[in-house]
This record gives sequence, structure tokens and C-alpha cells, in this order.
Amino acid sequence: MTIQSSTKEILEQQLPEALNYAKAQGADQAEIMASNDKGFSVTARLGEVETCEYHNQRSLAVTVYRGKAKGSASTNDIKPEAILRTIDAALNIAKFTAEDDCSGLADPELMANDYPQLEMDHPWDMDAERGLEKAIACEAVARDHKDIVNSEGASISSIRSHIAYANSHGFLGDYHTTRHSLSCSVVAADEQGMQRDYWYSLNRQGDLLDSPQLVGERARERTLRRLASRSLKTCQVPVLLEPNIARSIVGHFLSAIRGAAIYRNASFLTDSIDKKIFPEWFNIKEDPHVIAGLASTPFDNEGVKTHARNLVESGSLMGYLLSSYSARKLDMQTTGNAGGTHNITINNTGQDFPALLKELNTGLLVTELIGHGVNIVTGDYSRGASGFWVENGEIQYPVQEITIAGQLEDMFNNIIAVGNDVDTNGSVHCGSILMDNMMVAGG
Amino acid sequence: MEHLDIAKARLLNPTGMDEDHLHDALGIMLGGSIDAADLYFQGTTREAWSLDNGIVKDASFSIEQGVGVRAISGDKCGFAYSDDIVASALMESAQVAKSIAKTSGSGKVPAWQVKTGRSLYAPESPLDVISETEKMDLLKQADAAARAQDSRVKEVMVSLVGTHDTVLIAISDGTLAADVRPLVRFNVSVIVEQNGRREQGSMGGGGRYDYHKFIAEGCAETFALEAVRQAVVNLDAQECPAGNMTVVLGPGWPGVLLHEAIGHGLEGDFNRKNTSAFSGRIGERVASPGVTVVDDGTLDQRRGSLNIDDEGVQTQCTTLIEDGILKGYMHDRLNARLSNTVSTGNGRRESYAHLPMPRMTNTYMLAGNHQPDDIISSVDKGFYAVNFGGGQVDITSGKFVFSASEAYMIENGKITYPVKGATLIGDGPDVLTRVSMIGNDLSLDSGVGTCGKEGQSVPVGVGQPTLRVDGITVGGTQA
Repeated sequence: MTIQSSTKEILEQQLPEALNYAKAQGADQAEIMASNDKGFSVTARLGEVETCEYHNQRSLAVTVYRGKAKGSASTNDIKPEAILRTIDAALNIAKFTAEDDCSGLADPELMANDYPQLEMDHPWDMDAERGLEKAIACEAVARDHKDIVNSEGASISSIRSHIAYANSHGFLGDYHTTRHSLSCSVVAADEQGMQRDYWYSLNRQGDLLDSPQLVGERARERTLRRLASRSLKTCQVPVLLEPNIARSIVGHFLSAIRGAAIYRNASFLTDSIDKKIFPEWFNIKEDPHVIAGLASTPFDNEGVKTHARNLVESGSLMGYLLSSYSARKLDMQTTGNAGGTHNITINNTGQDFPALLKELNTGLLVTELIGHGVNIVTGDYSRGASGFWVENGEIQYPVQEITIAGQLEDMFNNIIAVGNDVDTNGSVHCGSILMDNMMVAGG
Repeated sequence: MEHLDIAKARLLNPTGMDEDHLHDALGIMLGGSIDAADLYFQGTTREAWSLDNGIVKDASFSIEQGVGVRAISGDKCGFAYSDDIVASALMESAQVAKSIAKTSGSGKVPAWQVKTGRSLYAPESPLDVISETEKMDLLKQADAAARAQDSRVKEVMVSLVGTHDTVLIAISDGTLAADVRPLVRFNVSVIVEQNGRREQGSMGGGGRYDYHKFIAEGCAETFALEAVRQAVVNLDAQECPAGNMTVVLGPGWPGVLLHEAIGHGLEGDFNRKNTSAFSGRIGERVASPGVTVVDDGTLDQRRGSLNIDDEGVQTQCTTLIEDGILKGYMHDRLNARLSNTVSTGNGRRESYAHLPMPRMTNTYMLAGNHQPDDIISSVDKGFYAVNFGGGQVDITSGKFVFSASEAYMIENGKITYPVKGATLIGDGPDVLTRVSMIGNDLSLDSGVGTCGKEGQSVPVGVGQPTLRVDGITVGGTQA
């Protein structure tokens, strides 16, 4: 028995019954989130199947409040008696945890009682066998060059999820989503050694994925261009980040405005509402209701209605990412971000990638970042990088074994331009970012 | 036998299954082009208590269970899992996993041979050994100790996590094995503030023991003081220089260098596929004379230790580099077989819902004979790093990074002033050839490491003595 095959029963019987049980056992408030992910992923390597995995994962998480004391418990066993045991475990914890005035369900008037249908459910007419054919085709394209000497394979994955949430305000909601992807990673070699790179495509609709041909070509070209990488002399130069890398910079901003970081004073952006963080022309928008968006959601993890808003307007911070708890800690209103952010877009300054290279003139094009050297408390930033050295707007040679470092506050301020080459393979959509003046350390 | 009895009682008996069902499920898969198959039953109980803003405001408890079913045909794997441990779901998963086969047949699974593993840790649940009130007291003591230590402490976050994991492994060659694994972790992190500048510090520890050890060793106090010490040091940290320089790494957790620079590159899957910068280099010099690195899953109660790995193979101490020469790779069963060798007991998986692969256990460098003080005084100008966050490696190019969270400048053989954390980047096959001095102060980390690979996380350990490395690129901000 899975949630998907018994949606009606779970929603209309099990969850309300479980909430009633929690109340009967002493909970003043309770909430349950249940999910089921089902699908497959298949990997081809060197023209043959390597792994074929079938997924079917369930989880059910319960939160109860005794007065203002909270307890949580979860299980992957959704048999009725297991659900009741999970509630008992949560109630037991709430006997010990401290009362906290800020805790509790989100306020009842915020519930998404009429939540929108966001067309996120697109089951793909694709099975492992035909997925394998696509993966093999993709890898073959990627390997079609004499310098591509090896492969880490190509994969197709297709997952359908069902998410249901109910709480003791009487809110009950659920939706289905799908997530399909195609990815490929190959290895090139020359006398100096090996290089690997990859490409991928991710979409809620399988037929909107980039073709195996396109993904294979990009994986191949991205890998080949890294051959003969060298290090750089340490220097201070402008840096251009490819869109799939630029996204991470936006990600650090989002981490720094999370309510949990703000109320703990654990962010360099504490007390920054209405302050100018980015250049005047810079805007960041969050829209949870994008049709078929990769990070769309009709309600957040507390049943709160989600809505579109500007996180950054004319360079200034307009609001934090809050759940009901962090909002109460800060004496604010929840922003419907319990569980994360939803479809982030940043505006661009109109240039295409070649125009940005010209504008970079002499500096570093970054195509990959590794490591975790980002400190959200202080804003200190230092990560491993690889990419290309650029002179007079022309790519000169590939570089590796270097770092880029700075202060996130300065880096945000030093953004010169954002390209129109928007990468849509994720929950943050942005183009290449051109940033002035970063310290590049090399050999 | 003890582990097996516990595992059967926990995982099979409640659902009416017995060893015959395991035989049947493996039999469904075996034959034709399927040359091996395995079943991995797992039941995990976990709790996490956390304190912030001065109160224990939340805790969570979870129970998960399931069975993963794998069918192997040469280098190909079919895999399915079920979170319902019942005979019907098991047989269904076996049918699905088997669909990888080009041809099917019928195979016979030999009679069970029960494999007993080591006994590196106690099988009892580490969660129930103290009361909820005592757990909360532990968190509150750490909070109080941190706040009492320094008035600049503005925020304290404390967490206590315990896991009790029971696994039962049945393999088509007749292997039947089980393990019962406790794992606990206690963490304190603080934020300090002075003249508007904020810094953080954190200290944690744990292993395959129970909460009593945290109480007996006074960890609430010692972890809190260490977290505060680190944070306060960073209040005075100056900008870090950028560029290639001599680096001295402290003992213990800085061993994350080894994990990233060489550990991943020596995992059997990458080497079988020839995608590692270390592929085909056994017998070659990859480190300075005197450098010996091992992966040791057999250390008592260590976070990275296991009685048996997740494929029922007894763990061992594998020499990776001996006196600077590359000696061996870390293997799971699949990659060992395809490389014509035997598993080194490094087959690990995050859970029943993930495929096993070669993973590290506790990876460390053996001690040399230099006094740590002599190593520091040997450096005219350099970077001394004693605490690190995480790292990452590109195993194909060999480039790796790890990020310092507490570091100092060395000038004229003396530690002069603290500098801000920075990422260090180097080349795996090259970096250990630059080791010029090895300390006599080998220590292992306190038990906080988690390694991620292909989306799967497993607990690991690292360690090393103080090391002098002549030239790593330090990613600072000052020219």
C-alpha cells in the first residue's frame, strides 16, 4: 500500500483520525506531513546499463504542541498503528521540551484554504528500458571525440511525489509533483592528465527536457575545454560566473536571510531590512505559483498560503524568509517559507554571454566551484575554482587549482551585470553574473 | 551469533519471516545472467534534542525500516527497496531488481554460512541509557558553561543525537551476517559578538558508544569552552593572505586533508573504472618517505568503525600508502570482484534505500618523529591551520579543497596572529610529496565527520599528526 494508491483514504481518514488521536492524547495542536516518492533512475556507462534503481520512499512526520511545548516524530511506516506510535513518541517529547511563546502552528487565518493548482504533476510515459536507450544515446554523443577517453555515465531519472499536509486547525491539503532529469558526465585526457565535467537537464515535464543530443554535446564540450588547465598567479581581478555557478551566489544570499539565521544573530545580514545590499538596478523575486515551476508550492510546510513577492527591490532587502516560528521570534508575520524558498528569479542587464565576456575584458571566467568555504555569520567567502583566463574579452586558456575569495557583502555590491543567458535547471533562475574585484589565489 | 539473533528478532520475526524467505528471494534473482544478489534489512531508531536561545524547544524521534534488494550481473546492478518488511514486498522487489538481467534462469543459494564480525561496540541502544531529563540537563549544562565562560557569547546552540541501527545482510553466496550499531553525537556551537563583529565557534564529538560517555567525560563543559575559545580567537582574526605558501596542519581533524586529497581517489569504484587521478598507480611514489596512511574500520567505538561492512565483510585496517608508496585501494565486493581482488570491508551504504559502494571508515596518517613545536619553529613564513570545516575533491583531476575555520600566521618560527578562515586547494597525487615534516602527535578527530558521495552520507573518522606541507594554495583575500 502506498500513499499514491490510497490518496483518498490517507487524506480523508488517516490524517484526520491521527490528528484526533493526538488531541485525545493531550495535544493542544498537531500537524502531520506525509510524502511518497516513487520512480526510477537508470544509468548507462560505456554504452550499457550500469545501474537500474526503483524508488518508493515514504515518510510521515508529526509535530505536536502541549501548550507551547513542542515534540516531533517521524516514521516511514504508514500503517495506522505505526502512525499512532509516532504520535505517542512526539507527545512524549513534548512532556520534556520547554514552553516557548513563539511556538505553535501558524495562525489559522493564514491557512491556504483555496490553494491554487500549479500543474506540477506530469507523469512521464517513460520506463527504465526506454530511459536506458535515451541515456545510452546521450552518453554516445558525449563520448564522440577522440580525447574523450572514459565516462562516468549518463542517467535518466523520473520521480513522482505526493505531498499531503494536515493540521488541527482543520487544514488539509495535498498535491502531486513530478521531477524528471537527464544527466551525463564524461572524462577527457591528454598528456597532462584527466578532466571530467558534466551537464544535465531538469524539468517537471519529461518532454521538455533537453534532448540527449544537446545534453551529450554540452557534457562533451564542457569536458574537452578543460584539457591543458593550468594554475594562475595570484591576482585581484573581475570575475564572471557561469549561470549554473552564479546560482550559488544567490543561494548564499538566501541562506543569509533565513529567519532561523536572523533571529539567532547568525547572519551578516541581520538588521538589514530596507538596507541596500545589491546595486540599484538589482531585483530578486520569489514566485511560488509559477505554473509547473521546479520550486512552486501551493502552501508551505505549515499550510500557509504562499504568494509572490520581491525579496530585493532596487538593490534593497524587502524581507526575510520566515516560518511562523522565526516570524514570531522577530515580531513579524510568516512569509510562507517554512520548508524553503520558491522559484527565485533575478533580473538581468540585457547582455548575452559574449557581451559579458567583452565587459569582463581581463579576468577570470568561473565554470565550477568546490568546497564549503562560505561563512554566513561573517560573510567571509573562499572557495576552490576552475574556469578560464580571459584577456581583452577573449578566452585564453583553462585554469584550475585556484581559489576565489572575498566578502559576500562586497561581492553583492560589486555585481556589475547579470546576463540574459538564464539557466532554468533549478529553483533559482539567473544568468551569468559579472563581479568586480575578487582575490584569486593561485600557484 | 548475538548480533544475528538481535537482528532477526528486530527485523524478521515481527513480520513472520524467517531465513527460508531470504533463500527464496535470493533464489528468485539468481541464475541466468545474474551472478550475485543480496538483501539488506535495516531498522533505525533515531532521536535528536536541540537547544537554542537558552531552552530545549524541540526534539524529534524517528523509526525507519526497510529492505534493499540488489541483483548483480557482471558490472550491472538492478536495485529495488521496500519500506514494508513483509514476504510479498520482498519477493516483488526481487522480481524488479532482477529485471536488469538479459537472461533469467534459476539458481540455488547455498546453505547459510553465518559470518560473525568484530565486537567493537556494544549492541545496546544508546538512546535509553539516560532519562529525557538527563538529556535536557546535558544540553542546558553546555549552554550555561558557554555563557559563563565569556560575556561576549550571544547565542549558544547545542544538539544531542543518538542512532541505533540494526542491519541483517543475506547474500547469494550463502553469507548471513548482522550488525547492531550505536552512534551518538554531541555538539556545541556559539556566536560571540564584540564591537558589532560576530564570529562563531563549534566543537562536537561522538562515536559508537552511548550518552554516558558525554556525562562521564564532562563534555558539556569541555565542548562549550572549546567552542567559545575558537569563536573568541576569530574575533581578532585578520585578513588571510592569498597564494601558495608553506602550511602547517594541526593534528586530528585537519586529517580531512587525507580524506579529500587521497582517500576518495583510492576508492575502488573510481579505480576500477579508471576515472581517478590515482588509477593504475599502485607501487608508485605518491607521498614523501615516512608518510604512511591507513583506512582502519577496526578501531574501538570510533564513529567510522564497523564490525562488518554493509556487505557482511569484516572490516580491516587497509594500508593505502606505506612510506610514501601507493599500496592499495579500498574495495567493496562488486569492485573487488571486477578488479580480481577481495573486498577490504569498505562496502557501505547510507541506508537500505541506497546501493552500497566503496567508502572510507577511519582514515589517518601514522605518526612521525618530529616535535610539533619544532615543526612550527622550522617555518619562516607560513600558514598554521588547526581547525577545519568540510572539504571536497574532483577525483578525476585530483584537485581538492578543505576550508580552515581556525588559522594563524607563522612568522620567523613563531605563531603570530590569527587569520580568517580560508579554503586551501591542492592536487591530490602531488600534495603528500610536499610533506616535509611529520609530527609525533597523531590524534584522531573527536567523532563528527560525515562523508558525502553520490548523494549518500555515511559517518567517517579522520586523523593525522602535525604536518608541514611545503606549498599549498591558500585562498585568502590579501595579496
